[in-house]
Amino acid sequence: MQANNRLFSILVPVISVLLGLIAGAIIMLISGHNPIAGYAALWRGAFGDAYTIGETIRRTTPYILSGLAIAFAFRANLFNIGAEGQVIVGWLAAVWVGLAFDAPMYIHLPLALLAAWVAGALWGFIPGLLKAKLGVHEVIVTIMMNYIALYSTNEIIRSILTNNQTTTEHIPASASLASGYLQSITMFSRMHYGILIALFAAVVMWFLIERTTIGYELKAVGFNPHASRYAGMNVSKNIIWSMVIAGGFGGLAGAMEGLGTYGTITVLASFSNIGFDGIAVALLGANNPFGVIISALLFGALKEGAGEMPTGAGVPTELVDIIIALIIFFVASSYIIRWAITRFKKEGK
Amino acid sequence: MIDILNSVIPTALFFSAPLIFTALGGVFSERSGVVNIGLEGLMVMGAFVGVVFNLTFADVFGAWTPWISVLVAAIIGGIFSIIHAVASVSFRAEQVVSGVAINFLALGIGVFLTKQWYDKGQTDMVSQPFSSTNIPVLSHIPVIGKMFFQGVYTSSYVAIILAFVAWYVLYKTSFGLRLRAVGEHPMAADTNGINVTKMRYTAVIISGVLGGIGGSVFALTIAANFSATTIVGQGFMSLAAVIFGKWHPLGAMGAALFFGFAQSLSIVSAGIPYLSNVPQVILLIAPYVLTILALAGFIGRAEAPKANGVPYIKGSR
Repeated sequence: MQANNRLFSILVPVISVLLGLIAGAIIMLISGHNPIAGYAALWRGAFGDAYTIGETIRRTTPYILSGLAIAFAFRANLFNIGAEGQVIVGWLAAVWVGLAFDAPMYIHLPLALLAAWVAGALWGFIPGLLKAKLGVHEVIVTIMMNYIALYSTNEIIRSILTNNQTTTEHIPASASLASGYLQSITMFSRMHYGILIALFAAVVMWFLIERTTIGYELKAVGFNPHASRYAGMNVSKNIIWSMVIAGGFGGLAGAMEGLGTYGTITVLASFSNIGFDGIAVALLGANNPFGVIISALLFGALKEGAGEMPTGAGVPTELVDIIIALIIFFVASSYIIRWAITRFKKEGK
Repeated sequence: MIDILNSVIPTALFFSAPLIFTALGGVFSERSGVVNIGLEGLMVMGAFVGVVFNLTFADVFGAWTPWISVLVAAIIGGIFSIIHAVASVSFRAEQVVSGVAINFLALGIGVFLTKQWYDKGQTDMVSQPFSSTNIPVLSHIPVIGKMFFQGVYTSSYVAIILAFVAWYVLYKTSFGLRLRAVGEHPMAADTNGINVTKMRYTAVIISGVLGGIGGSVFALTIAANFSATTIVGQGFMSLAAVIFGKWHPLGAMGAALFFGFAQSLSIVSAGIPYLSNVPQVILLIAPYVLTILALAGFIGRAEAPKANGVPYIKGSR
């Protein structure tokens, strides 16, 4: 059973991705495009040369962190749809600290990252507290928190960080993650040092979950809050902590955009989607930190490669959004995939 | 004061109508035990279909075009929502996840086809949107007539009437009783011979139909075209209305009216004394803050249907 489960947990995502890509090919065929040309363009757009590889990694970076934000909460059986809001407030906080003062890099940059972490953690703390103390469902609260983040952030950019402008000034180099070295080896893509932070964060999550008492308790509470309570664990403390840490990851994802890719924050007409895409990343990565890295790379490559599809094959970029949505469906409906695999095996015998 | 109301109330009705339709859909789905985060996506689908149909058939149907567009959007919305039903009822998917996928999928399909058919990211403006009218007889009532019945959209009143219909269906018919039973205690309902799967499919499809109507009404009264940014959050606001209205059709309608009112205030506030000093952001985030407060029990406890979000598996306890 154990081996079987492990097999399924790898097979289900792989089959889901394959089904999603096949469905994408069918859609291209129906809409009169050549699927091979389409996917070739997608590949060129994601891994064609050093520049696109750099951009793919740049896009993967926040996905890893927003994926962790959702995966970590999932481990405690909490659904953190609020990653989007956490990303936005983290982005804002990072840029705010970046612009607010001058300091040597070894103080300024960590402080900006810390601010992003705290802002995201605060955005996770509120739903966590409401869930733990009042039993309010975290999904609804986090959705509402997303909008509060979006509108408040826009207002702060307009009236506090700038004088009715839509974009802030560029942060000074002392708070920036931009890397001349990484840019030079990738033909001046926007790749930045954030990828190291994202990979490190994945290791931190693995360590927290697998090697510490906190992680053990979080998982226990996720499996069965009643049993955990009888075992003497503080259930509400664990719920709050898991949302706070998850929110912190989300905030860092925002810092990647604020300190790395853009160096500014702009008034957002709608969501950045980094947090929502993180849901797909976490699901496909089976809520495992290393799974999250792989699936973040997949989605980063899909999204980055999509940019090449209109010019390379005449396919609208939104095809990739459809493929991603279908992959989520297939992973979510893993019950039916499991059923099909089991059925198939039985017949094979 | 009367002048202020005269400008605020029609705007509030105008903004609430799409929210009311969609929120009623949400009430049906969630009352049957299927969480529907996908309302946003259903609205996107409705807006897309409504606009495309309107653009394509404006010459054929003339003044009737917006109404027929809404009807078509309702049908397509219903069909589209079957995906959510299959995933969350038959395939026992995590319903929130399936809803998120619906949102991605609707936006992906909508914009993909827009680019495919119109070669650009957004459609043209529709030539036959809904237009405001004066309601006969009622608009001549002194004071109230001008406030509620002049320069309003018929769709707003259709939405309000529909809320009462939904209340009657859910609370006064055996169909409604069954639907609620399935959402509260599916096993008991099953034991009594109610087909849980069928009821949940029906409820989700109703939510698709109403979400489609909501999206198309929004597109044909407020936005007038379709792009990736036509529907940004109206579906989630409708979901908030469902919860703020305590999963009750009339409550959801009241909440949607209130949210519409808040939105209209944020738009016309500049012309209103006292309010012109309130930062617009306060009015923008008010619906969401209030929903959180309502959930937290500060404004009456909002209690979800018991089996909401739980797939029903025959024979499990």
